[in-house]
Amino acid sequence: MNTLVTLITAGITFGTVLMYGTLGEILTEKSGNLNLGVEGIMYMGGAFGLAGAFYYEKAAGAAAAGPVAIILALLAAFAAGCAASAIYSFLTITLRTNQNVTGLALSIFGTGVGQFVGELMRVKEGGYVALSNNLKNAFASSIFPKGLIDIPVAGPILFSHTIFFYMAVILAFAMWYYLSKTRSGMYLTAVGESPATSDAAGINITRYKYLATIIGGGISAIGGMVYIVTTAGCVWNHEGLSGVGWLAVALVIFCLWRPLNAIWGSIIFGSMMIMYLRVALPFIPTQLYKILPYVVTVIVLVITSMRNSRDKQPPASLGLNYFREER
Amino acid sequence: MEKKPIIEMRGITKRFGQVAANDDINLELYCGEILALLGENGSGKTTLMNMLSGIYQPDSGEIYENGERIYIRSPHDAFLHGIGMIHQHYKLIEVFTAAQNIILGLDEEKMDLAKTNVRVKEICDRYGFEIDPARKVYDMSVSQKQTIEIVKVLYRGAEILILDEPTAVLTPQETQKLFNVLRNMKEDGKAIIIITHKLNEVMEVSDRVAVLRKGRYVGCVDTKDTDPQALTDMMVGHSVSLNIDRPRYEHPEKRLIVENLTCIDDEGVKKLDSVSFTAYSGEILGVAGISGSGQKELLEAMSGLYPLREGSIRFVNDDGSEKELAGLPPMKIRKAGVGMAFVPEDRLGMGLVGSMGMTGNMMLRSWKDGKGALLHKKDPNALAKKILEELDVVTPDVNFPVRKLSGGNVQKVLVGREISIGPAVLLTAYAVRGLDINTSYTIYNLLTEQKMKGVAVIYVGEDLDVLLELADRILVLCGGQVSGIVDARKTTKDEIGLLMTQFNSKEEKAHE
Repeated sequence: MNTLVTLITAGITFGTVLMYGTLGEILTEKSGNLNLGVEGIMYMGGAFGLAGAFYYEKAAGAAAAGPVAIILALLAAFAAGCAASAIYSFLTITLRTNQNVTGLALSIFGTGVGQFVGELMRVKEGGYVALSNNLKNAFASSIFPKGLIDIPVAGPILFSHTIFFYMAVILAFAMWYYLSKTRSGMYLTAVGESPATSDAAGINITRYKYLATIIGGGISAIGGMVYIVTTAGCVWNHEGLSGVGWLAVALVIFCLWRPLNAIWGSIIFGSMMIMYLRVALPFIPTQLYKILPYVVTVIVLVITSMRNSRDKQPPASLGLNYFREER
Repeated sequence: MEKKPIIEMRGITKRFGQVAANDDINLELYCGEILALLGENGSGKTTLMNMLSGIYQPDSGEIYENGERIYIRSPHDAFLHGIGMIHQHYKLIEVFTAAQNIILGLDEEKMDLAKTNVRVKEICDRYGFEIDPARKVYDMSVSQKQTIEIVKVLYRGAEILILDEPTAVLTPQETQKLFNVLRNMKEDGKAIIIITHKLNEVMEVSDRVAVLRKGRYVGCVDTKDTDPQALTDMMVGHSVSLNIDRPRYEHPEKRLIVENLTCIDDEGVKKLDSVSFTAYSGEILGVAGISGSGQKELLEAMSGLYPLREGSIRFVNDDGSEKELAGLPPMKIRKAGVGMAFVPEDRLGMGLVGSMGMTGNMMLRSWKDGKGALLHKKDPNALAKKILEELDVVTPDVNFPVRKLSGGNVQKVLVGREISIGPAVLLTAYAVRGLDINTSYTIYNLLTEQKMKGVAVIYVGEDLDVLLELADRILVLCGGQVSGIVDARKTTKDEIGLLMTQFNSKEEKAHE
């Protein structure tokens, strides 16, 4: 029982990272843009998010306040993600480059930029970039009082998480509401399904595609920042994030492009990612164990491609650029 | 009392490059009437209506609404003027419900699907539509999708409705339903234009008929004062002499015997219905028909690309022995030693690979030749050079991507390659579509040359004047059936025109 609770709790911690990546990519893909650059975007989010908090602390010294650091880290990561996906948007929407190629390029580019900024900070600060314990606690501790966390079983599972987890859940609900209940959300879905139809209906396709892709990129980038300030312990770590972005892309498919599914989907994937640390299985080498999420992704991809319900298909124009003149 | 037109189009001209799709067209539309816009394929009907619905801008000419000059720059402008067009290809979001599709792009104060559903129901009851607003589009039949498109336009308060070949995809029963709805709308004072080339429908539902031919306005008549024969005359016009050389081949022999060919498409519609004919060597067999009458399916079925439901295609060898080709894929047909060449309608889609050069495209026919894993470029290269010289293909180099060549040169490359295999049967679909006069004649001469070599040429065409002068016999398709095979030297344009449309009306009468 205890192992299970620990597993779920740790799964949620890592799942939060995935949830941001996935939610951002769902928003992007809803507009018909397949942004494969999530990996790079999350790297940039991680590096810039940490930089935001780190330089704030450096400037404010001992007076640095946790909430301010959190807001600054969020903003820095979000801005970095927006900037990266703005490049992607300009290339694919305005210049109509191939989305797959552009996305892959962005992955490589973003990873490089993230590494560069992270390493630059490290070298400049004499080999080690870390926040003070004061801020670390602000980032990593729960927003609920200790009494709630101490409730057996339910306490750790429901209340022991960082503010980022609860924000992600709220974001998932907000996106669900936006996509299924508002006119603008309906238009965004329409754009992703059939840009030609939406264009004929007088919807400004370019605007919807740009906004969804840029904001989506910003949300994904927050995931990278959350990883650095929670799992990685507020220390620049250039290895931990590798593969997370790809997992988020796979999760989007797993979640059937529905924000609410992203909540439990991320937690399941997060649990699988860290299972090798918490649940030891005899005879299975750790290396094999670690590939579990990827195996599950493959299985999910196979199953999803067999589904025939139209409601569970990807946005119909996903990955295709729209030319008005091409009929 | 003189009625005033709600819409008046004056002197409308629209050019695409060299071709005038519409040339000085005048059209008037009144409230409470159904105007049929009649014409053959490519006569400019859809182009004209696209200018009314804001998709194209006229190069010159004026549009008036209630006597006032208007400018329609976009579909949105058209909608502001109360003009709504229902296109042949429906613009609907499949995963949305009917109601969601209807309000798409309508920025009212608040989105209230329940209210929309009620309003949609109102419109449906008023005109006799049957749709469930809460149903998803992917669950709907073609006719229901069309209904949504019409309701969408009405929901936006359109007074003028344009329907582009609305019955092309409907069953006879659905067509009757649609016509009833159109009559209800007419009673309600709406002005309706239907674009069509089906004479029986024109006679049945319209009040007036405007006829276009090759981008020009021929005239406008009251339906009650006319008959199908007169309309056919207006539609096809008088014969034009083209002076295409048509020698006779001395010893025609049976080459291809097609019997009871029947094909059914994915949606269960019969595309070919018991088609039987014989093609002779040294003959050009022209195939005429309104587009979508089964021409494409016929050629594809013969070349082994379209699945047959039943029927046989027998190839007759020189020694008189016969070979059954029905059901064989193209590669097997080739292996059987039957020289079947196919010049498809979609040149760069089905015929050639656009990003490869002439040499590469030649290899598409010969990549199986030779041994070993490496490509043998020498022969295709020589062939490409030969075609380049003999057919006067204008290209910088045999390796220059064919996609970047002009339409005429692309067609020369394709025809040249198909002829190079020394075919016994040559199938061509719309071989001169989009080509200028000179290139068209080059192609005619090439085909005639093949014919004189004893090839059985099957030429699917849309220009009746060309068919009359190029072909030896003409097979007319109508609704997937052969409505007649006539001697091209003796027949007239009128006869073919009637055959092209006649079968439908017969069938219609049988239904009543």
